[in-house]
Amino acid sequence: MAFIEAFASYLPEKVVTNAELAARLDCDPAWITRASGIEQRRYAADTESVVDLAVAAAQACLTRAARAPSDVQLLVVASASDPTRFPGPASLVAHRLGLEQTPALDVPVASAGGLIGMILGNALADTYSVVLVVAAEKMSSLALREPLDPNVAILFGDGAGACLLSSARGRARIADHVLHSDGAFAGSLAWRADGTFSMDGRSVLLQASRKFPRVIAELLERNALNASEVPVFLMHQANQNLMDATARALGVPAPRFFSNIRAYGNTSSASLFIAAADWQQSAGFQSGVPVVFAAFGAGFHWGAVLARGL
Amino acid sequence: MTDAERRTAIRDIVRQFAAEAREPEPTESLFDSGLIDSFVLPQLVTALEEAFHIRIPDSDLNPRQFESLARIEAYLSTRAE
Repeated sequence: MAFIEAFASYLPEKVVTNAELAARLDCDPAWITRASGIEQRRYAADTESVVDLAVAAAQACLTRAARAPSDVQLLVVASASDPTRFPGPASLVAHRLGLEQTPALDVPVASAGGLIGMILGNALADTYSVVLVVAAEKMSSLALREPLDPNVAILFGDGAGACLLSSARGRARIADHVLHSDGAFAGSLAWRADGTFSMDGRSVLLQASRKFPRVIAELLERNALNASEVPVFLMHQANQNLMDATARALGVPAPRFFSNIRAYGNTSSASLFIAAADWQQSAGFQSGVPVVFAAFGAGFHWGAVLARGL
Repeated sequence: MTDAERRTAIRDIVRQFAAEAREPEPTESLFDSGLIDSFVLPQLVTALEEAFHIRIPDSDLNPRQFESLARIEAYLSTRAE
């Protein structure tokens, strides 16, 4: 089982408020907040790519962990919004970090990619010793597609997060994980190579609102923990209403589900690490205290990770 | 449970979660009319499971199954003993 050394994030400069977006979408800014909990989001510049976002988050994470890029023995990059079908962004991110021979793997899974990268990194840390997991998304390229769809455009933002795992040291240790996939509803959330996008919001929310609490409960049960014993849940920042519903289903107070969706919107696979980085700065791991990470994304793929502070 | 009892129970549950205090028509879309939104739908499904003592598998969680009183009734009749 791997140690977690650091989290970090990179958010582009441009802030887009609900008022600005509502004017463009001809809708009520209060409706955006009510439907999602989002008050603003960040958009990358036209010249800023998924790779640019990923490199910035990776460098911030290495700095925070006091590591050099050359320490990284395996790079994992999650992104579902990189426009190039192949190669995925991982090899380019590795190149930009100055890594010449280091293996770099892509995880093209929307929303759950960061968590899946973390689980892969945890499983491979014994072999590769230092694993850098990065999740980067330029979701504005989807949100701002014409014709604008308010149900899509209000949700997404751009950003990147990173997590450094190692076999030797860290602030916390990953204790266990659960990961599931089910393709029965793959068409409910899909962005196809021909550019068509489909999102059945009711189906996604119905599945997510059941699977999130269930997978967290499964993880806790096999580690002999009750939800009440976990002070912090770090979840993919999909929608504030979904986080609140998950907290209700588990019988824990909603504030235990760390949230920064108000400021950044739904940044898909990047959101878990962006939330973790903010939480690490404001609170962070404490010795022996369990923390649960969870994500659900297109596919559907969903899972949870249990870590304990050292 | 008779068909009439099932129908009454479904109406009571939908009323409990509906955004407006009115009686929807049997085939009226609860979604299009705004009576049940995406965030209430999971709670409605959970309430149906509790009331009818069933567990609805994820594979059956297609929102269309729960779009109207008639569809809910049709689905639950397939789950009746």
